[in-house]
Amino acid sequence: MCLGIPGELIAFHDDPPDLATVDVSGVRRKINIALLAEEELRPGDWVLVHVGFAMSRISESEARAVLDFLEEMGPAYDDELAALRDSARDSARDEGELLALRDSMRAGLNPDDLRALRD
Amino acid sequence: MTVEESREREVLDRIERARRRRPRVREERITLAHGAGGKATHALIDAVFLEAFRNPALEALADGAAVRAGGTRLAFTTDSYVVSPLFFPGGDIGDLAVNGTVNDLAVCGARPLYLSAAFVVEEGFPVEDLRRIADSMGAAARAAGVEVVTGDTKVVQRGKGDGCYVTTAGIGVLERPAELSATQVRPGDAVLVSGPVGDHGVTIMLARGGLDIEANLVSDTAPLHGLAGALLDAAPGARVLRDATRGGVATVLNEIATTAEAGVVIDEAAVPVRPEVAGAGELLGIDPLYVACEGRLVAVVPGEQSAVALAALHAHPLGAGAAVIGEVRADPPGLVLARTAFGGTRIVDLLVGDPLPRIC
Amino acid sequence: MRYVDEYRDAGKARALAARIAGLCEPGRTYRLMEVCGGHTHTIYKHGLEDHLPEAVELVHGPGCPVCVIPMGRVDDAIAIAAEPDVIMTSFGDMMRVPGGNGSFLDAKAAGADIRMVYSPLDALKIARAEPDRRVVFMGIGFETTAPSTAMTVKRAAAEGLANFSVFCNHVMIIPAIKAILDSPDLRLDGFLGPGHVSTVIGCRPYEFIARDHGRPLVCAGFEPLDVLQAVYLAMRQLAEGRAEVENQYARVVPWDGNPVALRAIGEVMEPRPYFEWRGLGIISHSALRMRDTYAQHDAERIFDLPGVRVADPKACQCGEVLKGVLKPWECKVFGTACTPETPIGTCMVSSEGACAAYYNFGRFSRERFRETSAP
Repeated sequence: MCLGIPGELIAFHDDPPDLATVDVSGVRRKINIALLAEEELRPGDWVLVHVGFAMSRISESEARAVLDFLEEMGPAYDDELAALRDSARDSARDEGELLALRDSMRAGLNPDDLRALRD
Repeated sequence: MTVEESREREVLDRIERARRRRPRVREERITLAHGAGGKATHALIDAVFLEAFRNPALEALADGAAVRAGGTRLAFTTDSYVVSPLFFPGGDIGDLAVNGTVNDLAVCGARPLYLSAAFVVEEGFPVEDLRRIADSMGAAARAAGVEVVTGDTKVVQRGKGDGCYVTTAGIGVLERPAELSATQVRPGDAVLVSGPVGDHGVTIMLARGGLDIEANLVSDTAPLHGLAGALLDAAPGARVLRDATRGGVATVLNEIATTAEAGVVIDEAAVPVRPEVAGAGELLGIDPLYVACEGRLVAVVPGEQSAVALAALHAHPLGAGAAVIGEVRADPPGLVLARTAFGGTRIVDLLVGDPLPRIC
Repeated sequence: MRYVDEYRDAGKARALAARIAGLCEPGRTYRLMEVCGGHTHTIYKHGLEDHLPEAVELVHGPGCPVCVIPMGRVDDAIAIAAEPDVIMTSFGDMMRVPGGNGSFLDAKAAGADIRMVYSPLDALKIARAEPDRRVVFMGIGFETTAPSTAMTVKRAAAEGLANFSVFCNHVMIIPAIKAILDSPDLRLDGFLGPGHVSTVIGCRPYEFIARDHGRPLVCAGFEPLDVLQAVYLAMRQLAEGRAEVENQYARVVPWDGNPVALRAIGEVMEPRPYFEWRGLGIISHSALRMRDTYAQHDAERIFDLPGVRVADPKACQCGEVLKGVLKPWECKVFGTACTPETPIGTCMVSSEGACAAYYNFGRFSRERFRETSAP
């Protein structure tokens, strides 16, 4: 059971206890935070919401780490891929051939080698 | 093609043939799915009503029927309004009744003129609430330039009717020469929507209460004949107009794709959605593409007229958020596809019934 | 939407996909099982497979807690709902699941008071508002959802709400994964772990997969870039000859899980000696029931259930689809007798079931689409 959505904690309620208001894109919902009783939650924290309960506090640093990892993957390879596509467009008829061409060029090569090859 | 791909292709062809067979109604009792505007509704209409009423005007199954009386071409439509709650942010059942009927006529290309209004009221319903509804209808009718010229009132016993149901019929004059119909749609046409989708349906869901959810959302109920007229003036080659009510934009596009036997491909990122509607959709597990609107046009126009069509929509107060969301292609016929923001492709199929919120 | 939109970027997807392709050994195919139904849904809804090289295949597993509920249990729930004073409450996912005699939606049409809720707390609210009715909540889901049901039961007990009970059908993910690993028909290279279950149970319970079965498991989030990154990490392990548990979803999943949630489950529920899983058969210690201490909120003790084991229709091949042995379109009745309008099995009814996901999102000839897509 998987539908969990990130929401920002806006306010806590005293009565009934364990309730807090969370904001998802401007939609505000009251959720139960009892499962995170051992965390010290503060307004501005982000939590994962599932069936009306907060399941986990979202770690900003871990979220950042994933995005950093993804960014690292990014521009260098986009350029390489674009360059490969341009040069291979005439000879490779379909995407399968293009992939194979790229794979055979990439096997064991790191980005620096690849750039060196092209230049 | 690999062996596996060709086996998969056989299965897909088999499925397409199965889909084209006349749908049958297997259930013995009506369920809520039959009222949602999706596959179950279509099957019911086909199996029960078309069977009983066979005639060419009906078979087109458009929002309004085009009929002739003497030398005049008329558009004729009917609708029932069973919304709960009756009063919600942005309007009430009365607004929906007038605007909805006006819109069914507007998408035929007609100038709406006269409405009827029949009320089924439950014993115990406050007269003050009935007055509020009637006043709303009066105001909406004046704003839309139509008149409610005839009506009916019935009272049913307590417990036999959800407060108040309203049924309307509407007549308009077909003055434009063009025949607006999904049969006119061609590959290369552009698909437009006149504003953000899902506002009405989500507003209603939140207004039903019990969800502990608040958002600054109001229903988008509005009379669209002015907007439709502006669009048709700017893009006289327009193929078809629809108002995206029950079942949302996805249902309308599926109906168009099926009738036109063409493919409709939309760009998910191009479909306008308010952040609150997207957020509520994520929270509840519902896709805004299937959520009802009450003041949005879907238009299919020839590709070369899409820019002027969009400009005409933008120039009108009700079309400020309009966008071109996709195009019509020859393949795959009868299917609606979406290019996802992620760069993949997926089908946007007709739902069976209401979009059931998921927790998974 | 924060923490959502960033993980849907198409450009980053292409970059990741290229890296994944770079990790493929020529001539080798890779089969990674995504256990969780939520992953199946993400993969189809975002068209993720369009980004993966042909050599990498994502196999859909049994992580759809709605799909694995046997027809007999649906009949039991409907029997409870048929009692005149009962209000049955359930998540939307269950409404169209076919039992031996129809679904919740059919039972509702025949007069049963069945209401859709978004949270067990909504059911509790109904119980408070209607003291003369008995309100039953259909508890479904893996360990992700069980704590919420448990907390709700605790609240009901604290408030003395005698008219509230739970029909407990919560199931556990590890026994399902074990059943997959023990299945002889299956060739799998690795797993994408269920991200939200892991917020509760943590990552340690998966260690046996790496240690005893030599397969990597990467615990994955649910945005499309999460799934792609998890595929990349699994492929990297395979390329480097490693088999470990890795946590891609660390922004939400704590390695040790959520102790409060685990205690809540433990206080209110206990493992059943055995439970029947549709398609997988009977698995021991794989599901939860209410403890004696909460008997007054246990629908199984309050109501007389038919408890009949209903065999799946002969044509139904859900079991093989759930184990990843068959692809949806390889099932003999897929798309013809078994469609979303006329589902035979749960894989087609549940929106995250592999068959429904494929039918509703994935089912078209990509090749023809690409041909006619070219400018």
